[in-house]
Amino acid sequence: MSHALDLTAPGGAHAADDNRDRRPSFGRLVGVELRKMADTKAGLWLLAVVAIVTVAVNGGVLIWGNRDDLGFSELLAMSGVPQSFLLPVLAILLVTQEWGQRTGLATFTLTPHRGRIVAAKLVAALGFVVGALVIAVAIAAVLTPLTGHGWDGVTVAWLGRVFLAIFLGALQGFAFGALLLSTAFAIVAYFAVPMVVSIVAQVWTSGTEKLQWIDFGTAKGILYDTAAPTGDQWGHLATATLLWVVVPFVAGIWRIQRTEVK
Amino acid sequence: MIKVENLTRTYGDFVAVRDVSFVARAGRVTGFLGPNGAGKSTTMRVMVGLTAPTSGTVTLDGRRYADLPNPGRRVGVLLDASAQHGGRTGREVLVIAAQTMGLPKERVDEVLAMVSLTPAEAKRRVKNYSLGMKQRLGIAHALLGDPEILILDEPANGLDPAGIRWMRGLLRDYADRGGTVLLSSHLLTEVQLIADDIVMIGRGEIVAQGTASELVAGAGTYVRAVEKEELARVAAEEGIALTPVGDGFRGDAEAVAIGRLAAKHQITLIELRPADGGLEDLFLELTADTQRETFTEGVMA
Repeated sequence: MSHALDLTAPGGAHAADDNRDRRPSFGRLVGVELRKMADTKAGLWLLAVVAIVTVAVNGGVLIWGNRDDLGFSELLAMSGVPQSFLLPVLAILLVTQEWGQRTGLATFTLTPHRGRIVAAKLVAALGFVVGALVIAVAIAAVLTPLTGHGWDGVTVAWLGRVFLAIFLGALQGFAFGALLLSTAFAIVAYFAVPMVVSIVAQVWTSGTEKLQWIDFGTAKGILYDTAAPTGDQWGHLATATLLWVVVPFVAGIWRIQRTEVK
Repeated sequence: MIKVENLTRTYGDFVAVRDVSFVARAGRVTGFLGPNGAGKSTTMRVMVGLTAPTSGTVTLDGRRYADLPNPGRRVGVLLDASAQHGGRTGREVLVIAAQTMGLPKERVDEVLAMVSLTPAEAKRRVKNYSLGMKQRLGIAHALLGDPEILILDEPANGLDPAGIRWMRGLLRDYADRGGTVLLSSHLLTEVQLIADDIVMIGRGEIVAQGTASELVAGAGTYVRAVEKEELARVAAEEGIALTPVGDGFRGDAEAVAIGRLAAKHQITLIELRPADGGLEDLFLELTADTQRETFTEGVMA
């Protein structure tokens, strides 16, 4: 630059501590994505609702339910119900707000590699899932001494399966968001798809056997069971995940890479 | 320096931008001028990688945008001031950009001061901003990384007259310090007041480019006479084309030639000067056949 030595020239003021051509680290991008979820009223409320509802569900069950029939695993599975609704919505918003609110113009000009942004968002979504699960585990752990079943059936492998169930749900939301790039469409699709599958299952009774392989809701539900799923059940989960998570995710990435940001 | 080479972008059969080439130089303000829908925004989106070109290339100080490791520190971009999350505060919009670029938070306060957004205004949510405030925020966003190149799409939109004057001063100063400024506008007067170089685009194609003074110089001579019909008749005989403009004519000859002609035929001139409807006439003329509406000659007055 001919004006590099001129301290008043644009770009000159920071010449001394020059990190101007340093690529923002991946961790930095993840940090920005986490912040972008919490810095709007809507996002902050969604995060608050995840925490509040988790507490409320546990408290409610303990007050009105039969404590003798409860234990850590029942409490955690109870938290999984609202979380499996709310965390996918959060994951959807992480992706779609760049299009709906058109912040993508800024995001993708500051980081002109869309794959990096999608990866950072995915890690951020994972971070929120872990955070929500930590809250759920903490609440369940505090309340467990008050229950009849206590720590029955609780293993690290089972905790892993619960985490997997919630994470797969969030991933599905993320994938639908990436594919549809519209908050409304993605949320509707996310909630409508399992309903359609269960309606088909009720009507097409002879097809129950076959539908197991694509019924993502049921396949995920089994993960909350303290008993380990059978090989067939893992198979159902794998095929349903392929159909409802992997396929829309790959198609969504393809779309995000190619689409114009306006 | 921004270098656009043979840029074409098509959407199916529709050609949004056709074989566009131009250069925006360092130390100069380049006005990218054209009617709405002419392809300005498409060209600018291609520059910063938001839209893929069908063919052609854009380089910024010799590098493709996607090859800039931290583009915000090299190129400041404002494409649409309204494209911000309404639920964020103005300050927060800048903070997340600063965080992405690895800039200290103090830089946010610096640029806020630069665009005259008060701390109280910066704390408000963007959805409560006027268009003018959003535009200032967008300019702050572009200036944040202290880049050498600014790419601004219609930056004057929504600014009040004082704001427009402020922006002109800011960009003038920026170019004078060696920066490259490319700004688009569909308003000639705006570009005329600030740009050193002008690139005009109509229906996706470059229709004229050059320095502002060159383009004005090509506008011919304005002449007014008492004996209008007589002047038109003798000019036609001499092969000088006169186009009615307002009360007089614009001739594609130098003032001295028209003056001599008038003297020879004892025509009383009441005005004779280089045409200064200037860029406006030129703009309408150059874009008339590429414009959506059809212009009659009278409109050029």
